[in-house]
Amino acid sequence: MELVLSLGIGVFVGSGIWLVLRPRTFQVIVGLCLLAYGINLFIFSMGRLRTGAAPIMPKGGFVNPDVYADPLSQALVLTAIVISFATTALFLVVMIASRGLTGTDHVDGKEREDP
Amino acid sequence: MFEENLLLILALLPFGGAIVAATLPANARNAEAWLSGAVMVTGLVMLAALYPQVEDGGRVLSRIDWVPSLGLNLTFRIDGFAWLFMVLVQGIGLMVVLYARYYMSPNDPVPRFYAFLLAFNGAMSGILLSGNIIMLVVFWELTSIFSFLLIGYWHHTAAAREGARMALTVTGLGGLCLLGGMLIIGHMAGSYELERVLAAGDVIRAHPLYLPALALFLLGAFTKSAQFPFHFWLPNAMAAPTPVSAYLHSATMVKAGVFLLVRFSPVMGGTDAWFLAVVGTGMATLVLGAVVALFRHDLKGLLAYSTISHLGLITALAGMGSPLAIVAAIFHIVNHAVFKASLFMAAGIIDHETGTRDMRRLGGLMRAMPLTGTLAIIAAAAMAGVPLLNGFLSKEMFFAEAAEWHNGTVLDDALPWLATLAGAFSVAYSLRFIVSVFFGPMAADLPKEPHEPPAWMRRPVEVLVLACLSVGILPALTLGPWLETAVRGVLGSDLPYYSLAIWHGVNTALIMSIVALVAGSLLFVALAAFIRSGPEGLPLLHRLRAQKVYDWLMLRLAWKWPSIAHSLIGTEKLQPQLRILIFLALAGGALTLWGGSHLLPDLSQQSIDPVFVLLWLVGGVAAIGAAQQAKYHRLAAIILMSVAGLVSCVTFAWLSAPDLAVTQLLVEIVTTVLLLLGLRWLPRRREEIAEDKLLPARLRRVRDFIIALGCGLGIAVIAFAIMTAPQGVNVGDWFLRNAYAEGGGTNVVNVILVDFRAFDTFGEITVLAIVGLTVFALLRRFRPAAEMAEIPEQRARQGDNSLENYLFVPSIIMQWMFAPIVALSAYLFFRGHDLPGGGFAAGITLAIGLLLQYLAANVRWVEMRLTILPIRWMGIGLLVCVGTGAGSWLFGYPFLTAHARYVEVPFIGEVPAATALLFDAGVFGLVVGATVLMLIAIAHQSLRSERLRTQDEPEPEKGVA
Repeated sequence: MELVLSLGIGVFVGSGIWLVLRPRTFQVIVGLCLLAYGINLFIFSMGRLRTGAAPIMPKGGFVNPDVYADPLSQALVLTAIVISFATTALFLVVMIASRGLTGTDHVDGKEREDP
Repeated sequence: MFEENLLLILALLPFGGAIVAATLPANARNAEAWLSGAVMVTGLVMLAALYPQVEDGGRVLSRIDWVPSLGLNLTFRIDGFAWLFMVLVQGIGLMVVLYARYYMSPNDPVPRFYAFLLAFNGAMSGILLSGNIIMLVVFWELTSIFSFLLIGYWHHTAAAREGARMALTVTGLGGLCLLGGMLIIGHMAGSYELERVLAAGDVIRAHPLYLPALALFLLGAFTKSAQFPFHFWLPNAMAAPTPVSAYLHSATMVKAGVFLLVRFSPVMGGTDAWFLAVVGTGMATLVLGAVVALFRHDLKGLLAYSTISHLGLITALAGMGSPLAIVAAIFHIVNHAVFKASLFMAAGIIDHETGTRDMRRLGGLMRAMPLTGTLAIIAAAAMAGVPLLNGFLSKEMFFAEAAEWHNGTVLDDALPWLATLAGAFSVAYSLRFIVSVFFGPMAADLPKEPHEPPAWMRRPVEVLVLACLSVGILPALTLGPWLETAVRGVLGSDLPYYSLAIWHGVNTALIMSIVALVAGSLLFVALAAFIRSGPEGLPLLHRLRAQKVYDWLMLRLAWKWPSIAHSLIGTEKLQPQLRILIFLALAGGALTLWGGSHLLPDLSQQSIDPVFVLLWLVGGVAAIGAAQQAKYHRLAAIILMSVAGLVSCVTFAWLSAPDLAVTQLLVEIVTTVLLLLGLRWLPRRREEIAEDKLLPARLRRVRDFIIALGCGLGIAVIAFAIMTAPQGVNVGDWFLRNAYAEGGGTNVVNVILVDFRAFDTFGEITVLAIVGLTVFALLRRFRPAAEMAEIPEQRARQGDNSLENYLFVPSIIMQWMFAPIVALSAYLFFRGHDLPGGGFAAGITLAIGLLLQYLAANVRWVEMRLTILPIRWMGIGLLVCVGTGAGSWLFGYPFLTAHARYVEVPFIGEVPAATALLFDAGVFGLVVGATVLMLIAIAHQSLRSERLRTQDEPEPEKGVA
C-alpha cells in the first residue's frame, strides 16, 4: 500500500513539474493542480497510512491515540487544499487577463524568439 | 516624577505637533506658524522648568520599558549639555518658524513644511535627549529622513531632488556606520544605556575592538557634520528653502555630529588615534572650507562652505579633547548657531527682495535696505571673529587651544599655523560677503527692486544679532552660567579654569587673531577682482571635487553595475526561473539524502491491495495523460486532471481521512468549473505549432523530462521511506487526547481547525478573501482578446433561439436541486464539529448550489430571482470570525479562545454549540462569498463581451455585486 501510494505521489509530482516547466499558461495551471495533489498526498502520508481509523473520538473517557489516524497531517492538508484552490483560481484569472492583454497564452506574454 | 514626565513630553511634543500640522488646511499659514511657534515656546518653558535639575551637573532620567529582555528601553536623559543644546534647537527653531511665515510663498503647501519642520525638531531633540545609544541612532536616522524631506521640499526642481537624495545617501550611510559603531560600543561597555557607556571610558579605550568602533563612530559623526571628504552634500542641500537651511545648517542637523563628538569625547577620546583622526579631519575641513568659501559666488554657497569650515573648527576642538577645548567647542557651537542662523536669514531676505543670490550681480544694497544691511554686517563680523562679537571669544579660545602643546606630533606643531591661515580666510570671505553685497555701486539690473522686508521677517535676525552682541560684550553675564552648566554635563564636576572676558592681555591668541584679521583683509583686497572673474569655487581646483567621486560611484552602484548584473544573470522569462527553482530544490533534496540508502526499508514486506493498485493505476495514467494532453487538448486535460483529483479524494477516504475526502471532492468540482469557464478565453489551437518539432524544442523537452523524472522519483522514495518508518510520539496524539476535553468536539480535524489552530484558519480564510477580491478586481478591467469577443462558433451554428431550450431537462433538475443542496450544506455545517464536514465544506457546497443555478439558466434569469452579494458575505464572514475571536477578550482569555457546550435545538437535536461553531459560521460565510465572487466574475465575462459586441463604442463596465 505504501509502495503504491508513494509511486502515485511520484507520478503526480513528476507530471506536475513537467507541466509547470511548459511554455503555455494552461499547461502551467494544470501542472500546479497536479503538483498540489501530489504534495497534499505527500503531507498527508507523513501521518502514516491507516484504514478504518478516522480521527472521530468517543465523547469523553480515555483516548488511546494509537488506534486513530494522525489528525495533524489531515488538518494541514485541509488548509493546503483550500490554499491551492485559491492559487489555482488566482492563476486562472491572471491567465485570462494576460491573454486578453498580450494576445498570447505564452507564460512570458510573448512568443519565444529563437535566434 | 514631575521632571520625568516633563522630559517625556519635551521629547514627544514636536511629533504630536507635526501630526496636527499635517492635518491643517493647505492655506493655513498663520495657524501653522502659531502652532509650530507654540510647540517651540512650550519646549522652552519646559526647559526652563528643568534647568534647576541640571544646573549643578545633575541630570533627569525617564524610562519606558520597551523590550526589556533585549536591553532596549526608551530612556530619555537630559543633562547640562543636552539642555543648552535643546535651548538652541528650540530657540532658533522659534526664530525660523517666525521667519518662514514671511518667507514661504502663499502658493507653497505650508502644512507639509511645518509638519516636516516639527518632526525634524522632534528627531533632533530625540538625539539630544536619548539615554540609550541605540535609540540615539534611531533618532539620528530620523533626522536624515526628515532633512531629506525638508531639503526636497520644492521637489519640482531637480536641484532640490538631487540635493535631498545626496544628503540622505551620505548621512544615511553614515548613520548605518554609526549604528555599527554604537553596537560595538554597547558590547564593549556591557550596556546600551548612555549612563553606563559614559562611565565605561577606560574599558572601551582598552578594548581590542576600540579601533573599529572608533572608525565607524567617526564615519557617522563626520558624514553628519559635513567633514571633509563627506562635506559635498551640504552645499547641495542649499536647494532647500532658506528657513530650512537656516535651521539645519546652524543649530541642528550638522551640529548633531559635533554634539556626538563632544558627548563621547570623554569616552572615546584621549587616544592618539582619536587625536589624529578627529583633529586631522577637523583642521583639513576648517582650512578647506574657509578657502573654498572665499571663491563661491552664491551667497548661500559661501555660507555653506563657511559652515563646513566652522564645523571643522568645532571638530578639531573636540579632537583635542582637553577640558578647555571642550569648553571652547561648546561655546563655539552656540555662537556659530546664532550668527550663522542670522546670516542665512539675511541671505534669504536678500534673495527674497532682490531675486538673486549671486554676489557678482549684487551690490550697494546698504542704500536700499540699511537695517538688514547693518544686521548682516554685524553677523558677518561675528563670523569673521571681530572683537566685541560672540564669534571672537570662541575663536580666541580655539586659537589658544591650537597654540597649546598636546602630543608633539607634526599635526600638533602645525595647528597654530593652520588655525591662523583658516582665520585669515574666514576674515576674507566675511569681508567679501559684506563688501560685495552691501557696498560699492548700486546693482542695476536686479530681477526685483530691492527694499526692506516686512518688519516681522527681519525680527528673528534682529533677535539673533542682539544675542551676538550681548554675548560678545558681556559673555560672563549672559551665556556664562549656561555654558558652565553645559560643560559640567560633559566633563562632570572637575571644571577647568577659564574666564569669559573680552580682554585677556596681549597673548598668543590675540596676536593670532590680529594676524588673521590683517592678513584676511589684505587677502580680500588683493584677490577681490580676481575672485569676481573666476569660476564658482576654487580656481584650477574647482573641477576636482568630492562630489564628482560621489556621482561617479552612484552612477555605477545604482545604475551601471546593477544593469550589468541584470543582463548577466537576470531573465524576464518564467521558464528558466522555474527551472532553476525546481532544480535547486531537487539538488538540495539529493544533497541532504546522499548516502542515506540505509533509511530505505525492505520492499518485500509490502502488502498489496489489488483494488488500491487499480485505483492508482488509473490515477497515474490520468496524471500522465493530463500532462501530455494539456497543450493541444485542454478539455481532455481537464477531465484527466479531475480523474487524478478524484483518485486522491478516494485515497483520502480509504486512508481514514473523511474530512479531506469531502473537501477535496467539493473543491474538485469548483476547480473544474473554474477551469471550464476559463477555457473560452484561451486561443484556439488546432494545428500543431511548427517549432515544436524542431530540435531545440525536443531538447528542451528531454531536459525537462529528466528534471521531472528526477523530482518524481525523489519524492516517491522520500515518501516511501517515511511512510514505512515507525512513527514515534507526535503532536497529533496530544490533539487526539484533548480534542473533546478541551475543544468540545469529537471530529479532531475540525477541532484543530476551528479551535486549537483557529488563528491559522483565520489567516487562511483571509487569503481566500484577498484572492476573491483580486480576481474580481482583475476582471473588472479585463478586455478579452479581439477574436474571443465574438459569439462562440458552436452557438453561432445552433442559431439564436437555442439558448431558450439549451439543456432543458438538466436545467430543470439543477433548479430542483437547489433546495436539497442548501439542506446538505446546512447538514455539513452543523455536524462539522463532531463528524466530517464543517464550515469550509458547507460553504463550498452552498457555492456549488448557487453555481448550478447559473449553469441551469442564463445569468439574467438567475439574477432577477436571486440576489447574491458576495462581497457582503465575505465581509460579514470575516467580521464574525474576528468578533468571535475578540469576544474571548471580554472574558479575559487570549484571542480566539473557544468555549464549548451542547445545545438542544428543536427538530435537529443536540447540537454542539461551541463558540468555535460561530467561528465556523464566519468561515462558511467567507467561503461562500469568495467562491461565488470568483465564479460569477469569470462567468460574467461572457455577458460583458456580448454587451461589448452590441455596442460600437466600448465603455468600462461595472462588475458583479
